[in-house]
Amino acid sequence: MNTAAPGLAAPPRVPGDLAMWFFILAELAVFGIFFAVYGVARQRDAALFAAGQAQLLLWPALLNTLLLIAGSATVAAAVRAFAANLVATGRRYLLATLLLGGGFVLLKGWEFATKFAAGITLSSNDFWMFYLSLTFFHFLHVILGLVIVAAVFVHARRGAYDAANHDGVETAAAYWHMVDLVWVVLFALVYVAR
Amino acid sequence: MTSSAMATARAASVSAAANDPLTNVQLKYRSQAVAKPYFVAAIGLFVGQILFGLIMGLQYVIGDFLFPEIPFNVARMVHTNLLIVWLLFGFMGAGYFLIPEESERELHSPKLAIITFWVFLVAGALTIVGYLAVPYATLAKITGNDLLPTMGREFLEQPTITKIGIVLVALSFLFNLSMTVLKGRKTSISMVMMLGLWGLAIFFLFSFYNPDNLVLDKYFWWWVVHLWVEGVWELIMGAMLAFVLVKVTGIDREIIEKWLYVIIAMTLISGIIGTGHHYFWIGAPAYWQVWGSVFSALEPIPFFMMTLFAFNVVNKRRREHPNKAAVLWALGTGVMAFLGAGVWGFLHTLAPVNYLTHGTQITASHGHMAFYGAYAMVVMTMISYTMPLMRGREANSNAAQVVEMWSFWLMTVAMVFITLFLTAAGILQVWMQRMGDTPLSFMATQDKIAFFYWLRELSGVVFFIGLLLYIVSFFIRGNERASA
Repeated sequence: MNTAAPGLAAPPRVPGDLAMWFFILAELAVFGIFFAVYGVARQRDAALFAAGQAQLLLWPALLNTLLLIAGSATVAAAVRAFAANLVATGRRYLLATLLLGGGFVLLKGWEFATKFAAGITLSSNDFWMFYLSLTFFHFLHVILGLVIVAAVFVHARRGAYDAANHDGVETAAAYWHMVDLVWVVLFALVYVAR
Repeated sequence: MTSSAMATARAASVSAAANDPLTNVQLKYRSQAVAKPYFVAAIGLFVGQILFGLIMGLQYVIGDFLFPEIPFNVARMVHTNLLIVWLLFGFMGAGYFLIPEESERELHSPKLAIITFWVFLVAGALTIVGYLAVPYATLAKITGNDLLPTMGREFLEQPTITKIGIVLVALSFLFNLSMTVLKGRKTSISMVMMLGLWGLAIFFLFSFYNPDNLVLDKYFWWWVVHLWVEGVWELIMGAMLAFVLVKVTGIDREIIEKWLYVIIAMTLISGIIGTGHHYFWIGAPAYWQVWGSVFSALEPIPFFMMTLFAFNVVNKRRREHPNKAAVLWALGTGVMAFLGAGVWGFLHTLAPVNYLTHGTQITASHGHMAFYGAYAMVVMTMISYTMPLMRGREANSNAAQVVEMWSFWLMTVAMVFITLFLTAAGILQVWMQRMGDTPLSFMATQDKIAFFYWLRELSGVVFFIGLLLYIVSFFIRGNERASA
C-alpha cells in the first residue's frame, strides 16, 4: 500500500532484507540449473521418464501445491496485517502458514516413504535420481522456510513487529514465496508434463 | 647539533621505538605484534615453494634434472606442502593480528602464540628435511606410519607425527584466539574468521582416517582438500579481506557485514554439495555427476561477489589510506580469485567436460591461479596492510610501495601467463591423448607439449623475480610515511 502523496513517490525499495534477495537469487539459480539439466536428460530418454512419471500419484502433489499456495496467501496476509498494525491477526496468519507448510511436509514425507518402501533410490535410474534429487532438495527448502517463518512467529509473539517495523516478516514472506514458486515449476515439470 | 643531525637522531629514535611493540603507537594492542614472525616465516617458506616449483618446472622438460638427489615426486611434494604450510602460517599470523583488534582486547596469551610459532616452524622444517633427506618409504618407516597409516596421499603426505603436531598447533592457536574472542567484542568478521579456522582444524582430522577401499579413501581425502579450499578457507579469506577493507576504506561495518554474510551463505551452499565434482568416475554413485555439476557450477558466484564487494567498498571509500599497496593487493585478490578459482574452476567442473579433462594440465592451470589468486594474494593483502603497522608506521614510504606494487604486477602477470600456458598445454593434451582417432600415449603427448612447459618455466622465473622484489620492498626505507 503506497501511502506517499501522488507525485512524491517513495524511493524504490525491496521488501525485507536485501541480503535475503541475494540468497533467493542464488537459490533460484541452483533450481534453474537443476531444472535445465532435468529437461536435457528427459529429452534424451523420454520413454524412461514417461514410465517413471506414470508411477507418480498426481493428487498428493496437487494437494501439496494447494497447501503451499495457501501458505503464500497467508504469509502475504500476515505482512499486510502487520503493516496495518493488526499484530494479533498477523500472528494468526503466520501460524496458519506454519500449519499449511507442516501439512506439505507430512504429505511429502508420506510420498517419500512409499517410494523408499518400493525400493527406489538415487541409483535406481535417471528418472528416479532426478525425482528424488529435485523433490528432496525442495523438501529441505520447505523445512528451512518453516524454520524462518517459525523464528519470525516467535519474534512476533514477543511483540517485535508493528506497522513501522516488520522487515523480518517481509523477509520471511519473500523466502516462502520463493519456495512456493520453485514448487509450482517443479510440480509442472516432474508431475504434470508428460 | 645541526638541525639535520637532530632530525636524523630523532628519526633514528622514532624508528627504534617503532620496532618495539611496547611503544608502537600504530598497534591498538601490543600482542598483535606476535603476527610478525608468522608472516616472516610465511614469506620465507613461499620462497622455498617457488624454488621447488622452478626445479620441477624444469624437470617437466629435462626429466633427469637434479636426479637422483631431488626426484620429481619429491620436488612436487615439497612444492605443494610448502604452499600449504606457508598459507597456514599466513592465516595464523592474520588470526593473531585480526582477532585482538576485532575483539578490542589483548590476545589471551602472546607467549603461547610464540611457543606455537616455534613448534610449528621446527616441525615443518624437519618434515621438509625428511622429505629431501631420505626416501619417502624410509621416512614412513622411521616415523612409525605402520602404527597409524596416514601417509602417501597428495597434499597430506606429512608423517603421522607431523600431522599430530599440526593438530596440537591448531588447538593451541584456536584456544588462544577463542579465549580472546569469548572475552571481547564479537563482530561478524571475527565470527566468520573463527568459523573458518575451526573448520580448517576439524576437517583436517579426516586425514587421520585412511580406509583400504580406494573410493572411501578418496572421499575422506576430498573432505580435507575440497572442504578446505572450496569451503572453510573461503570463510577465512572473506574475513581477512573484509577486515583489511574496513580499515583502508573507512566504510561502515554494517555494509561490509551484510556482504560477508551473503558471500558465506553462497560459499557453503555451492561448496559443500559441490564436493561432488570430485566424485566423477572414481567409483562413486553416478548421481554425483549431476549433483556435483549443478552445485559446483555455482561456486564462482561467491568469488564474483567478493570481487564486486572489494571494488564497491573501495569506490565508496570514506578515507584515503596511505597504504596504496594494501588496497592494490585487496582488489587484486578479488579479481584473481574470481578468475583462478571461479572461471578456471568452472572450465572443467561440468561432468561431460571433466570426462575429458580429468587429471590433465587443465587441472594444474586452475590449481595455480586459484591458489595464488585466492589464498596467496589474500595473505599478502594482510601482510601488506599489517607489516607497516607492526613496524611502527601507518604505511611504507612511497619508494617501498612502488617496489611492492611492481612485485604485485610481476607476480600476478607471471601467474596469468603460467595459467594460460598450462591451459594451452592442457587443451592440446586432451586433444592428442583423449580425443583423436589415434590417441597418443601419455609420455608421447608430454613430449609434444614441451614448448608450453618451457614458456611456463620462463613465466615462473619472472614470478620468482617478482617475489624477490616483494622481499626487497620490506628493506626500502625512504620517507617514513607516504603522502596520503
